[in-house]
Amino acid sequence: MRMNLKQLASKEERFVSGHRLCPGCAAPIIVRLTLKAIKQAVVVATATGCLEVSSTIFPYTSWRVPWIHNAFENAAATISGVEACYRALKRQGKIRKEIKFVAFGGDGGTYDIGLQSLSGALERGHDFLYVCYDNEAYMNTGIQRSSATPMGAWTNTSQVGSAQLGKKEHMKDLTSIVAAHNIPYVAQATPANYLDLMRKVEKGVSIKGPAFINVLSPCPRGWRFPHNKTIKIAQLAVDTCFWPLYEVENGVYKINFDPGKNKKPIREWILSQGRYKHLWKNRGFIREIQEFVDRRWERLKQLSSMG
Amino acid sequence: MGVIKKAMTGADAAAEAMRQINPDVVAAYPITPQTPIMHRFAQFVAEGKVKTEFVTVESEHSAMSACVGAATAGGRVMTATSANGLALMFEIVYIAASNRLPIVMNVVNRALSGPINIHCDHSDSMACRDSGWIQLYSENAEEVYENNLIAIKLAERVNMPVMVCQDGFITSHSVESMRVLDDASVRRFIGQYKPKHYLLDVEHPITSGPFDFYDYYFEHKRQQIEAMTKVIPAFYEIVDELGKLMGKHYETVEEYYLADAEFVVVSLNSTAGTVKHTVDELRKQGKRVGALKIRLFRPFPREDIAKYLRGKKAVAVLDRAATFGHVAPLYHEIRSALYEFPDKPRVVSYIYGLGGRDVNLGHITKVFNELESGTAQEENYLGVRDEDEP
Repeated sequence: MRMNLKQLASKEERFVSGHRLCPGCAAPIIVRLTLKAIKQAVVVATATGCLEVSSTIFPYTSWRVPWIHNAFENAAATISGVEACYRALKRQGKIRKEIKFVAFGGDGGTYDIGLQSLSGALERGHDFLYVCYDNEAYMNTGIQRSSATPMGAWTNTSQVGSAQLGKKEHMKDLTSIVAAHNIPYVAQATPANYLDLMRKVEKGVSIKGPAFINVLSPCPRGWRFPHNKTIKIAQLAVDTCFWPLYEVENGVYKINFDPGKNKKPIREWILSQGRYKHLWKNRGFIREIQEFVDRRWERLKQLSSMG
Repeated sequence: MGVIKKAMTGADAAAEAMRQINPDVVAAYPITPQTPIMHRFAQFVAEGKVKTEFVTVESEHSAMSACVGAATAGGRVMTATSANGLALMFEIVYIAASNRLPIVMNVVNRALSGPINIHCDHSDSMACRDSGWIQLYSENAEEVYENNLIAIKLAERVNMPVMVCQDGFITSHSVESMRVLDDASVRRFIGQYKPKHYLLDVEHPITSGPFDFYDYYFEHKRQQIEAMTKVIPAFYEIVDELGKLMGKHYETVEEYYLADAEFVVVSLNSTAGTVKHTVDELRKQGKRVGALKIRLFRPFPREDIAKYLRGKKAVAVLDRAATFGHVAPLYHEIRSALYEFPDKPRVVSYIYGLGGRDVNLGHITKVFNELESGTAQEENYLGVRDEDEP
């Protein structure tokens, strides 16, 4: 997708202002970019979470496209039903128009409570795009750890004290779990790399069958950083290889951005966020996280070199 | 053409109604004793006899979630479940009703775990009696079939989901002689479904399932409460139409020899057949006994019930479910329906048949005898061992 910021800004807005998401929240940026990248009519499902509670406070709505919220753990099952109904009505000639289907869920609604629903919908092969806006914790309920929370991060349920330094476990590799379903298209993206994200969305909806994009969604409140740093922090995640940009198309891995020699140390990522404050001077811990990031990055490079 | 005689199980009767209704989407998950409905329906899908998208989901929670998605999208939607499956989907059962979606679900009644038990009682559907769903109960396979046709029309008329209940194994797996309508008559009877607002109408985008604070939630709930008052009038319009096709008369309840009866037994589902048979036997002995079967349980047809039970000497209400910490559910509601009338009968409760425990002619005869002799306690069990019994 080739487009400059001016062209991007002039595209139709399908998710409009007036919502009550926090300043600096990446979720509405991700939603706007996603919907701008889709040329066709689109129906959206959203899991319970920050995005849903803040964008549809009755009688207002930020959604200028047909939109459904059902519950927390079932965005994928809900969009399955919508898409199945579309197929039924299209076959009967009751609908002629081409319609695309997108589900948005946070990491809680996708990595954790909604994983079964997502897995089922992927396996059944529904024609839809699932976008996870991964802010690495249960932010809507007040910053509790999820299986997407990285090791060492403070949350209200992974506290810092003499017996514990934030979350004890590494985060779940959901992108790989989704890729293991052998669906046609899986990708990782961030809102900082917006053309890359939009290209991935375009690809995800153009391919027949399920597509999944895991988008890192920096959260100023939960990650403890100033709300004008969202995009910088998303870029840092890419530059440190904490959150590599890659895609898996029909089983073939491709890294979309390799910082090469300019790969930044994970220390910079850790120092950028207050949720890691207790680790800022803990060299051992930082080393452990660096090793984890390096291991995952090397494995990804191996997978992508297999072609 | 017209009415056709068939031999079918209750499960087959549900599947046959589903074939004729030909829903746009069916989403379901296996659970005993519901499975034969889906086996039969899957065969219809495989043979191209229905145009349905059959979504074989990975849990009942996802079954009801997909039904909500499909119904909001604008389709005619059905599913089926039992017991633990219904319990697992409960969160979305409540949402389906609150979003006023006309989904029809066959519930093949089975005891809730624990302990795990696959046989019939009504603990599953009774646990959903306050979920905002209309509930129809079926004495036999023919009523399963009729209730499905009524349910589709009723759901779409009042914008509310409907459960069609039948007894697990007793009805679902027993072959009975029954009658069905021809396909064309069913098509005419149910008509085309035309929702007013739906997701796939992309020219007119809707936001469905928004966040509803204390400034609107209460009004929305009030609308839902008051919408229930429209169900019984709509039910009568629909069953009058069905009655002409089937050559039958339907009410929210079925009275059996109540004109001159002094002692009455009230029941749901297949037990009503056993009760009616017992009434036949006791009538031969000159006893003035009768039966009342509840067909529509939600909304509760309290006026119809009071009309039939006022002035009787004594009434026993049979419950195949319990309320822990209070009296059994059907008994509770029947007694409440009669409370305001000075000529109310004595009403007693019998809990019976939990976990599929058999109930027979002898049991029901005992109930009538205890009503007549005045020896029935206020709350009784039927067919359960006492502590000292082996």
